[in-house]
Amino acid sequence: MGERILLIDDEVDFLETLSERMRTRGMDVTTSTSAEEALAKVEEQSFDAVVLDLMMPGMDGLQALKIMKEKKPELQIILLTGHATVQKGVEAIKLGASEFLEKPANIEVLTEKIKKAQAQKMILVEKQAEEKIKRIMTDKPW
Amino acid sequence: MRLMEWIKPKFWNHYDAPEGPFRLLFNFPRIWKLAVLLTSGVTLLPLFAMAVIDYSVSKEAIHSELFFRTTRLVSNSRRTLTYYLAERHAALDYVVGANSLEQLLDATRLEYILYNLQRSFQGFVDLGVIDQEGIQQAYVGPYQLQGVDYSREEWFREVMEKGVYLSDVFLGVRHEPHIVIAVRHPMPEGRFYVVRTTLDTARIAGLLLEVEVTGAGDAFLINRDGILQTRSRHHGNVLEKVALPVPSYSEKSEVMEYTTPDGRELVLGYAFIKDSPFILMITKQKTDLMRVWRERQWKLLVFLTISIAGAMLVIVGVSTYLVTQVYEADVRRVAALHQIEHANKMASIGRLAAGVAHEINNPLAIINEKAGLIKDLFTFRKMYAEDRKLMGLVDSIVTSVDRCATITRRLLSFARHVGGDSKVQRLRVGEIIEEVLGFLQKEADYRSIDVSVEVADNVPEVECDRGRLQQILLNIVNNAFAAMSDGGHLGVRVHRAGPDRISIAVSDDGCGIPEGDLHRIFEPFFSTKTQKGGTGLGLSITYSLVKEMGGDIDVKSVQGQGTTFTIMLPLKSKSTGA
Repeated sequence: MGERILLIDDEVDFLETLSERMRTRGMDVTTSTSAEEALAKVEEQSFDAVVLDLMMPGMDGLQALKIMKEKKPELQIILLTGHATVQKGVEAIKLGASEFLEKPANIEVLTEKIKKAQAQKMILVEKQAEEKIKRIMTDKPW
Repeated sequence: MRLMEWIKPKFWNHYDAPEGPFRLLFNFPRIWKLAVLLTSGVTLLPLFAMAVIDYSVSKEAIHSELFFRTTRLVSNSRRTLTYYLAERHAALDYVVGANSLEQLLDATRLEYILYNLQRSFQGFVDLGVIDQEGIQQAYVGPYQLQGVDYSREEWFREVMEKGVYLSDVFLGVRHEPHIVIAVRHPMPEGRFYVVRTTLDTARIAGLLLEVEVTGAGDAFLINRDGILQTRSRHHGNVLEKVALPVPSYSEKSEVMEYTTPDGRELVLGYAFIKDSPFILMITKQKTDLMRVWRERQWKLLVFLTISIAGAMLVIVGVSTYLVTQVYEADVRRVAALHQIEHANKMASIGRLAAGVAHEINNPLAIINEKAGLIKDLFTFRKMYAEDRKLMGLVDSIVTSVDRCATITRRLLSFARHVGGDSKVQRLRVGEIIEEVLGFLQKEADYRSIDVSVEVADNVPEVECDRGRLQQILLNIVNNAFAAMSDGGHLGVRVHRAGPDRISIAVSDDGCGIPEGDLHRIFEPFFSTKTQKGGTGLGLSITYSLVKEMGGDIDVKSVQGQGTTFTIMLPLKSKSTGA
């Protein structure tokens, strides 16, 4: 089974190439060229990981990150950017990003991070499920 | 030469920037000269004026006093002499009047008269009575002159005409100076006789000797031909010709100045003695008289010199001090300007570098992914998978992209460190050195410069700003590279220097620094590379950065053998507390 990935970047060239490479590695990739579009997709579907660019026209990566985290706290977001500064990195991690990568990034490294993120998500989802079950168990008067 | 170097104030040989914002505000040697000139002018001119005025006024005063005193002395002496001669003349007159011719011709009587004269008045030597024909009829005295015929003598003719005669001084038989006084006494029927006496001038000489003449002075008589009539102390003996000009006739006492042929200055007072051929002369050595005044002037001069020297010392000292203070403030101002400008420049470079790095990262990412995709395609399609050449090409693209990424990362790291605020952190000096040398690794390889780094084990971590330490080391290593020829050796040694400092020594075997330049290399704009684009700022900035960190920088160099820069850094940053 392939990981479901949402790839967000304003550079179409980059987006297409990277998504194709990821697909060849067996991942299920959805792309989006703007933060607004991406937010809509996050609402509709569930993703194992989101790969997000920081600098984009319109809403920028950090804002998008914030909104996504508010909507779906369990979402694993990897920032991939050419404008990597320590300051931005720290800010992103504080807002809940799970990884911060500099462009140009090695595909192997990215893949690894995605796998990790997916595992993390699994744990979170399982935890949520467990809690749900517990809640049901305690709520229902058996 | 060395002393001059030591005395010379710092601003004297300052090399100023030709123009631009880093020029010093003032021309310090000129200000100094102006200050010294003006203050010394204002201070010393009145002093000089007072001294000169005092000199001329007091000289005038001493001069007129000298003249006045001489005139008075001459007048007094003339009065005494005139009185003395008049007294003798009156005595003789009395003798003639009180005695009849018969009584005078009586030898016993004449002798008695002479005895009385000698007793009452000194100086009378003999007494003679001469008749109308010039024959000496009676004589008392030490010589046998009875019957001598005087009718052809000059004095006899004169006494016949004027009634009285006073002779010049002559040496008598005993070689004593004498003068003769003769008085004509008229008798009834136009007849007359003459009484003649000889006076010893020792008494006159005595009188003159009694005159107290100050200033190695002299008092004597001369006649109108300039022949000395009394012995003088300095101008010759009796009857010698005096070496002074015979003054022209004047009724009053006169004073004049006279310079002898051998250069002595004399004050010459003279007076013509009435009814006599004598001129009274009083001379004084002017230099002698002026000595007291001169001594006083000399003391004044010494005092003046000391005052001037003192004033000049204070003026020069104070001017030098003040100008040096202003100079140092100005130099600090210029240095601060440099710092600011440099910081601004570095900040701009930093921003530029960051911008470039960020913008390049995006296309780099695309290249990376495209190349990766090509590789992926090849890997998954059997028809290309075996094509090693194509795979090699793609790999080399990926490697190049990696290299570019390294460069942009380094640029970003540089941008983070320069121009920003000082961020103190704990650092391993060895790492920083490796980083800095990494920048220059390529150059070192091309020029086959051998670089060795030794970091002692006991060197602890240091608290300081990473960017600044990098900049310091980069500047010094860059300089070392510039000084070395290809194939040189650069050594960096780090060790602990005391409980709270470490020392970093960077030594090269390059051309070295001339001894004369050693103390100037940290000055802003001192550069030997101006022809090759050096700004002369590198070491001055390095210096100020080291100082800012609370460290010290020192340089030792032997021309032709190499240079060693030693940087001492404190373990704890002094700015952490601030």
